[in-house]
Amino acid sequence: MNFLLINFFLISLLLVTTFFIFKTTSLISVVALTGAFTLLCSAIYVNLDAVDVAFTEAAVGSGISTILMVMAAAKLPEGKKNKLINLFPSIILAVAISLILIIIIANLPLLGDPNAPIHLHVVPEYLKESKDFFHIPNVVTNILASYRGFDTLGETIVIFTAGLGVIALLTSNTLNRKTNFKKNKKNER
Amino acid sequence: MVGGLFIIITSQNYLKKVVGLAIFQTAVFVFFVSLAKVLDGTAPILTKMANAYSNPLPHVLILTAIVVGVATSALGLALVLQIYKNYETIEEKEIEFLELKSDK
Amino acid sequence: MRDKISSSPVLSVVSKILFAPIIIFGLYVQFHGDYGPGGGFQAGVIVAAAFILYSMIFGLSKGETLVPIMINRYLMCLGVLLYAGVGIVSIFLDGMYLDYNVLSSDPSTGQHIGIILVELGVGITVATVMIALYHSFASFGEINE
Repeated sequence: MNFLLINFFLISLLLVTTFFIFKTTSLISVVALTGAFTLLCSAIYVNLDAVDVAFTEAAVGSGISTILMVMAAAKLPEGKKNKLINLFPSIILAVAISLILIIIIANLPLLGDPNAPIHLHVVPEYLKESKDFFHIPNVVTNILASYRGFDTLGETIVIFTAGLGVIALLTSNTLNRKTNFKKNKKNER
Repeated sequence: MVGGLFIIITSQNYLKKVVGLAIFQTAVFVFFVSLAKVLDGTAPILTKMANAYSNPLPHVLILTAIVVGVATSALGLALVLQIYKNYETIEEKEIEFLELKSDK
Repeated sequence: MRDKISSSPVLSVVSKILFAPIIIFGLYVQFHGDYGPGGGFQAGVIVAAAFILYSMIFGLSKGETLVPIMINRYLMCLGVLLYAGVGIVSIFLDGMYLDYNVLSSDPSTGQHIGIILVELGVGITVATVMIALYHSFASFGEINE
């Protein structure tokens, strides 16, 4: 019961944060609220027993991504008090999607049901083998690196490619900058 | 989740659109992790005390997806910065206006 | 512009004190990932956070001397290649791609070695990509002024 109460509280906080992100126009406060949003999410993950995910979300989501967004927001102009566009169709779309989602959620197994199909297929084997064969207590690491090694390889390559893309987009003239930097130094002397 | 989608559609500011995308993504993550929860279970780190663990498979998927999500939203931010460099604005309407003007 | 950032002595002293413990914590998360929460992704981000803190406080050019851009880019590739290389090594040892059982005479130990190497590859890639992202975001726009 406690678990559900905490979860309910955190999710309502999430909704409040989303509302304020929607409402504010100042970019830097949008960024700060996004940091708060991801931190709340990591609290929810801890509550749902996903410690690894919570760790990642706290480090990556509210750490690095907030820093990157601050860096970007510092270089962008202040947001204007803009009129909302497409307000009416997007309200209809939002209501329709939330209705569909509620109907789907009503058909899902209950939260925390140990006999739900997701818990019966391959995971018992993973848990058992992890104990007897791998001798590695953290099953998440085990699945990440061994059972789902291909997936993780793909994800690593995606991260690498995203990094390459950002470098290509933003520092297209690294060499020029270096020479300019040297020139400036010479000028100072 | 719907809130994120709502922000993407209604905001004119491109940075807010990227933020809306991140929120949309995070909502899906929370849904996935909530599927993995087992009542009376503990975190999937094997100990002698516990006998029920929450499902580690969605955790793995979401763990990698979070990092990838940050990398891709950084890519989006980089695009926004380049748009700002070329158009000197990041409001959608103003960019459309500038485009129309340059066509004439 | 880029060297004016460090003004407060409190910030620079605190970041100097914190730099080494953050990296050690990152390494702990990296190699203790088998027994507790943690692993390559988180450790990479934590190590990257230490370098980002350094270059935020002392200015980009000092951070650049700490981790030169080109070395950072080579390391980015090295991480991915380490991961893929483990798979290729296991092919040469008569296994399947990314099959760690053959890496040692005992399959269980082989799995251990494989997992640690793969996590190391992930950690290196994530850390260097995050440093590169920060670097390109921070240096953007100061070039053409």
